[in-house]
Amino acid sequence: MLYFIEQCLNGIQLGMLLFMLAAGLTLIFGIMDLVNLAHGSLYMLGAYFAATFAQWTDSFVLGALLALVATAAVGMALEVVAIRRLYGRNHLDHVLGTFGLLLFFNELVRLIWGPAGLTLSLPSEMLNAVQVLPGLFYPLYRLVIIGVTLAVALLLYVLIMRTRLGMLIRAGASNREMVGALGVNIKLLYTIVFGLGAALAGLAGLMQAPILTVQIGMGENILIAAFVVVTIGGIGSIRGAFVASLLVGLADTIGRTFMPDILHAFLSESAASSLGRALSSMMIYLVMALVLIVRPEGLFPATSK
Amino acid sequence: MAKALLETEGLTKRFGGVIAADGISLALLPGELHAIIGPNGAGKSTLIGQLSGEIVPDSGYIHFDGRDITALPVYRRSRLGLARSLQVTTLFPDFTAIDNVALSVQAHAGHSFRFWRDVRQEADLREPARAALVRVGLGERATALVADLSHGERRQLEIAMALATRPRMLLLDEPMAGMGSDESARLVETLRTLKGDITVMLIEHDIDAVFALADRISVLVYGRIIACGEPAAIRADAAVREAYVGEG
Amino acid sequence: MVDPRVAINVGLVVVLVLVPVYSATTGDTFALTLFTRVVILALAALSLNLIMGFGGMVSFGHAAYLGIGGYVVGILAKEGIGSGFVQWPVAVAASALYALVVGVLSLRTRGVYFIMITLAFAQMIYYVAIGLDRYGGDDGLTLYHRSRFGGLVDLNNKTMFYYLCLVLLLASIYLVWRIVNSRFGMVIQGARSNDRRMRAIGFPTFRYRLVCFVIAGAMCGLAGALLANHTDFISPAMMHWTRSGDLIVMAVLGGMQAMFGPLIGAVTFLLLEEGLSRGTEFPNLILGPVLLLVAISIRGGIDGLIGGVRRG
Repeated sequence: MLYFIEQCLNGIQLGMLLFMLAAGLTLIFGIMDLVNLAHGSLYMLGAYFAATFAQWTDSFVLGALLALVATAAVGMALEVVAIRRLYGRNHLDHVLGTFGLLLFFNELVRLIWGPAGLTLSLPSEMLNAVQVLPGLFYPLYRLVIIGVTLAVALLLYVLIMRTRLGMLIRAGASNREMVGALGVNIKLLYTIVFGLGAALAGLAGLMQAPILTVQIGMGENILIAAFVVVTIGGIGSIRGAFVASLLVGLADTIGRTFMPDILHAFLSESAASSLGRALSSMMIYLVMALVLIVRPEGLFPATSK
Repeated sequence: MAKALLETEGLTKRFGGVIAADGISLALLPGELHAIIGPNGAGKSTLIGQLSGEIVPDSGYIHFDGRDITALPVYRRSRLGLARSLQVTTLFPDFTAIDNVALSVQAHAGHSFRFWRDVRQEADLREPARAALVRVGLGERATALVADLSHGERRQLEIAMALATRPRMLLLDEPMAGMGSDESARLVETLRTLKGDITVMLIEHDIDAVFALADRISVLVYGRIIACGEPAAIRADAAVREAYVGEG
Repeated sequence: MVDPRVAINVGLVVVLVLVPVYSATTGDTFALTLFTRVVILALAALSLNLIMGFGGMVSFGHAAYLGIGGYVVGILAKEGIGSGFVQWPVAVAASALYALVVGVLSLRTRGVYFIMITLAFAQMIYYVAIGLDRYGGDDGLTLYHRSRFGGLVDLNNKTMFYYLCLVLLLASIYLVWRIVNSRFGMVIQGARSNDRRMRAIGFPTFRYRLVCFVIAGAMCGLAGALLANHTDFISPAMMHWTRSGDLIVMAVLGGMQAMFGPLIGAVTFLLLEEGLSRGTEFPNLILGPVLLLVAISIRGGIDGLIGGVRRG
């Protein structure tokens, strides 16, 4: 039982990281109607920046903060130089163009940092385990991840719901032309939104860096998962992304952990193991397929254009 | 009294708190040209949507040629002989005029799981298409791309597409919208030639055209038919005047 | 006055026919290997273009069928069934079947949802392949014997194999040409242009698009069988999503309304990739922005290219 709770916490942690990515993706899609395959590259840059800056400043926290700023800056620069030329086009053009950017960034990282990955080490206190429940110890850092991402989610909520910028964002999501007609500086709004998405992606990248990986191409797999989340949640909907992220995070983690055991009741050890691995990898896609069959526009579709 | 070709009874549709159709009951006789007029927002598009099958009524029924089609999907109604032209011209822009019409014919010429024969060589698709184009006065423009057609020509093409399916009944949703006077006149003539052959429900704002063409007129206000009768009677009807003067 | 496009196409075919001759005379066998790959991937891109360029169905999971076709050949070979007469039809049938399942579930969605769900289905089969320990799992499986056709044609002869691939490609181009201009093709193109309108005039468009989707999957499955024979190797990488991306690039590059477009795109893309790899250690630094430029500048968007039907 305690083991189950531990896995649930892991699932929530994964879900929250996914939410950081998905929130940016769904914002960018909802407001600029842009399919961005290069979003994973920003995630990757966040991790690489953090590893580098942390080493330079000898401080994890400082390195992380600098990485956030750097990633947001790169994101905004990218928007101004390249992304904005894709607005208003066919989604196929977006796929093609951002696919090119994805390839470019992987190569650029290889050029700057070399083909081997980097490591980002945590301050030693973070490595301790904390007693969450009687008998259940959970790594402090993972709790920090959950805490930070929940705080960011809350800040995002406040931003979207309570500020002028947020109001513009919401208006833009439901009716792009109107916002322009209202005399708002659309170009600046788009750049800010893209920068925000980049910062969120970078945050996710740098936070998972100490426990998972900092390597070329790390953005690809999680990007697909983020797209799945956005699709399930409904394109343009942050609330949908939140619910879907948790759903997907939990489904994936619980699936991976318990599927082989469940199958073991029916099959041999090795069959259960390989089938279990295959099935659990497919878990999030099965969930998405199911959702789309029942609700082809996702769980909480934002008002469409 | 001839049997009605299209009959609706108590057709009702609500969108949220708005009643777009409030118990509409109509009967169209075969061969008549029946016009629907009314101020903006009266629910004319909703009515056509329900008749064509794109909008499902909340209650009421629709009978076509004695058959209940209330729940029938869009593509089946077309095959039964109930054809519709769309208000916002939605043609196939990448194709030529005759390609567009030929597609209409093809939809009613058996199945299309034919993979080999060049469709542009199929006479039994091209001939009726050409004939329909000539009928609406677009014979010379058969090989023009839709993108190169004028607005008026596109509306005519719309009608040709509907005609090519040899419908029993045609639903026309503001075909003259945005047309110049020459083009309108030509369209009025085309429609006049259809009378008797094909039953037409014409939704229009152009009152002159309506009074020139219609056998009968129904007036739709706030989702309800407030008057139905021959043009002279409608012109004299006090309730109708009030509805229009009020709209200004 | 010869239409320049026709001239290019004919010229390209001539060049392709002469590749083995060039290879034999100069001793440059790499060219033959490279162009075999080009021809096979052109076939895959052609099948994608059928649904994407003409049908408007942007599938980001088309490489799945390359994988399925290849894996059928590899699996059957490992289990002792080496005859191409069995392997290849099964490869095509298996791909068609998967396309049927994916199509039924995906074709109700539109736009970016469709792109995502096709990607998801390709990922699913990708992970299944990784999980197949018996057939190499992540590392892949070597094909020790190419498909046997009992004396009809020896696939181990590189030249013969190349010509077989080329013939299949050209035949497929012809087939796609006939399909696109048939009644069926009209429905598919009409549905791309204006699906709502098609249904309004009386076409149940779903079933036509589904059949188109299955045909494309089957054709790509054949390409997969060819690819497995060409590389003598099968692995999950055949159906990695970046491979699906490559196919999309090839189709777009060559022009999505042209029959020879996918071939032109495949030649361009693969030669570009090859050339860049030789010229620099970081080819994607150039290739990436090139793709971006193509996306930005194709005459007012890809839609500018979709507008090529000019006969009447």
